[in-house]
Amino acid sequence: MSDSYAPERETTQGKVFTVTGGDWNDVISGRDPIHDERIVVNMGPQHPSTHGVLRLVLELEGETVTDARTVIGYLHTGIEKNLEFRNWTQGTTFVTRMDYLAPIFNETAYCLAVEKLLGITEDIPERAKTIRVMMMELNRIASHLVWLATTGMELGALSMMIYGFREREFILDIFELISGLRMNMAYVRPGGVAQDVPAEAVKKIRELLAFMPKRIKEYEALLSGQPIWLQRTKGIAILDVTGCVALGITGPVLRSAGLAWDLRKTQPYCDYETYEFDVATHNDADVWGRYQVRIEEMRQSLKIVEQALDRLKPGPVIVADKKIAWPAQLAVGQDGMGNSLTHVAKIMGQSMESLIHHFKLVTEGFRVPAGQVYVPIEGPRGELGAHVVSDGGTRPYRVHFREPSFVNLQAIPAMAEGGLLADVIAGGASLDPVMGGCDR
Amino acid sequence: MTDNTVNGGRGMFGVGGSGDTSGFGGLVRRARVPASIGRPVGVEEFDEVIDGLAEALDGGEAGRDVEKAFASFDEAIERIVVDRGELTLHVRPAAIAQVCQTLRDDDGLRYELCSSVSGVDYPAQDRRLHAVYHLTSMTYRRRIRLECAVSVEDPHLPSVTTVYPTADWQERETYDMFGIIFDGHPNLTRILMPDDWEGYPQRKDYPLGGVPVEYKGAEIPPPDQRRAYR
Repeated sequence: MSDSYAPERETTQGKVFTVTGGDWNDVISGRDPIHDERIVVNMGPQHPSTHGVLRLVLELEGETVTDARTVIGYLHTGIEKNLEFRNWTQGTTFVTRMDYLAPIFNETAYCLAVEKLLGITEDIPERAKTIRVMMMELNRIASHLVWLATTGMELGALSMMIYGFREREFILDIFELISGLRMNMAYVRPGGVAQDVPAEAVKKIRELLAFMPKRIKEYEALLSGQPIWLQRTKGIAILDVTGCVALGITGPVLRSAGLAWDLRKTQPYCDYETYEFDVATHNDADVWGRYQVRIEEMRQSLKIVEQALDRLKPGPVIVADKKIAWPAQLAVGQDGMGNSLTHVAKIMGQSMESLIHHFKLVTEGFRVPAGQVYVPIEGPRGELGAHVVSDGGTRPYRVHFREPSFVNLQAIPAMAEGGLLADVIAGGASLDPVMGGCDR
Repeated sequence: MTDNTVNGGRGMFGVGGSGDTSGFGGLVRRARVPASIGRPVGVEEFDEVIDGLAEALDGGEAGRDVEKAFASFDEAIERIVVDRGELTLHVRPAAIAQVCQTLRDDDGLRYELCSSVSGVDYPAQDRRLHAVYHLTSMTYRRRIRLECAVSVEDPHLPSVTTVYPTADWQERETYDMFGIIFDGHPNLTRILMPDDWEGYPQRKDYPLGGVPVEYKGAEIPPPDQRRAYR
């Protein structure tokens, strides 16, 4: 295919494209540069307000956006393809890196799907389920805090950024205590979780529960009455329920338009139906509404974390089936998560059968009966769905993630066109896109 | 090859070219996905959906000036599969947009949200490329999966973007990764891969790629060439 703007030629190094812009003089002679207000602004992919490598091509008449186009793919890492070459357990270490602000959600969606394929959903121990819920809700708070921090920064409330990241850091410390890593933990595994929650972490979570409600109040005191914040959020980037459903927008953006659609309530998983919490909604359908919904969701998540802590009873954290459960008792050491030394001593010194079992399960993994499932969960950004296909082998045959960031970004033209350039930032930020998840 | 064969895997250790003395090298594995079943499927919720769809597709469409791509439910739906509590309808490719329209608009069905569009490649089948749609009914809190199989030689499907605008990017991704062409899509271009990319990366015959890595004197081959249990 030849393009007159970008001729191509073959070299020993491969195909080379040359952009000559040969008809540039024709193009500009056809326009009146003095009286034409139309400009095209290329925003991103390297731009502090686009939440990563998102590129927006905006056509402006003065300061009004007449046309907005979204270009993605700069962070495509082929995670879905890579999964097909690793075993089922290794899959968690890949999916956790997609939406890097919500690793626990990626892992849980993937593991719930694998468990559904294995038919062991009912066998997951109570404690494992409770830990998953607790970790997910802590993660939701951390993710919303980053949203609040970055959006605050983008709209001029710089101090909000410092406070948001301060509290998020506390939650990441809790994650580190539990899993050995702050992010990308690969903590949730098919069958349960990698290891138990230490008593020290429980203490730290109680600490968070004690101070966090006051901190959330402080955020509101900082922002809610602030005239600049109000002017930059109220009535900006409106998207009603019809628009949201047509464009597939879920999560806080849909709830800010007034529809109480939360998968934790409407199609519960992980026993969410047994927890007491409310679905936050708002009627304004604008950036302000999304801010209110996320603030309320943080409060509700704290409520769920508290209930989860209270029902955390001693017990196993992974299925009893030794053909699926990871044989090594993992432990958090000085340098992160690894095999516990007592387990290594046992398999190397005392039990050859344990060594064989360990070796087989780690190198070969387990087989998953053929079939396909789709498991959706409520991520911080909306419906996070895992479509997992098995051919009966030790590796996933195909894994596709319905990423809320990917789907939600389609709303940018609907929100931005006809508005001001400055409101593109507010509208885009209110979607809370994470490009790692969007591009996978 | 039957329609529900998913894998033509051979051997166990991923060894090629070397003298395999284990005997496992000749092993041929055939995994089968759950077979098609007839109506009624025996699950009340699913039968309600299937009957509702059949009724809407078979009749009630008179007066519509759009020409239907199929005559009846039986012609539009190739297979019905119920597995692990999920309902899958295999739809004839030409009928997909109109089936989606009916699923969205019929009062008893109301699948308002198109959750996901993706693809799966089954090289062992004649029509190896499958487009998979996950629809959600927010009114009835139900989900359904639609699957359309097309061949590499004729990878054409009607686009559902007019029914579900959210399918826009998802169909582009499926085109980008599998080369399935959605006819009627407003802007079917690559979305995740660079515009000038050649090939369709998620197809099974597309290599993963990668370079060997040296670690403490030993050479570790790239992931798709390592010896591994299959």
